Amino acid sequence: MKIATLCGMGFGTSMMLKLFIDEILKAEGIKAEVIPWDLGSFKGQNADLIVAPTDMEQHLRSASGKVVLIKNLVDKEEIKEKVLAAVREFLQGK
Amino acid sequence: MSYPEMPPSYRLKDLVSSQTVRAKMTVRDWEEATEIAGSLLIKSGVALPEYIVAMKRVLKEMGPYAVIAPGIVLLHARPEDGVLKPGLALVTLSTPVNFGHTENDPVDLVFALAATDKTSHLQGLQELAQLLSDGDVLKGLRSAQTDEELLKIVHSS
Repeated sequence: MKIATLCGMGFGTSMMLKLFIDEILKAEGIKAEVIPWDLGSFKGQNADLIVAPTDMEQHLRSASGKVVLIKNLVDKEEIKEKVLAAVREFLQGK
Repeated sequence: MSYPEMPPSYRLKDLVSSQTVRAKMTVRDWEEATEIAGSLLIKSGVALPEYIVAMKRVLKEMGPYAVIAPGIVLLHARPEDGVLKPGLALVTLSTPVNFGHTENDPVDLVFALAATDKTSHLQGLQELAQLLSDGDVLKGLRSAQTDEELLKIVHSS
């Protein structure tokens, strides 16, 4: 599955999110392609799951793929919980 | 035989210095908070004055998603917006201000990041994320009354 992590400028929080999600998925034995994007470059791209900070949702209305919004980008528990739930849902839906 | 140069990797202590922290400032609003954090980057030679304008523009155009956690904003703009070298400023506010985020306002910890490329500051940023996920560190940052105290906590990773 393809996961996109988003932030505004593409050089910070999206990369941090990607590294953390890679870790989480590895620990669960789940394989996925996780790619960091800045909002501008992501438009028009496809992903099964899009992980972004809350308040970015307005820019993601036309995005294909399930959007997972993170309120606290430094809260590993929140990220793990939300991402794993979305990943499992996606894998079950296949 | 020549080897390609490894890009430098900046740790948090490389990005933050005594010149880039300021404790317990009083500001009117998010614009002034941005100006003060930005001025620390300018005075320390990290960025040019236009970087402040750019950080404000990013907030206005993309919305306040940079309020990445309750009470915490990570201001930033692009490398080509006037960054001279990587750096991170921190200003703590005596009275929090709103940046317009639906859930994480009001803000009292104002970080301003200047990056020169996509990855050299990543290690420092990860160290910052680690610190900010620690409730005791957050308490310490919020209770520090002097710049020295603040710096000490940031460098405690």
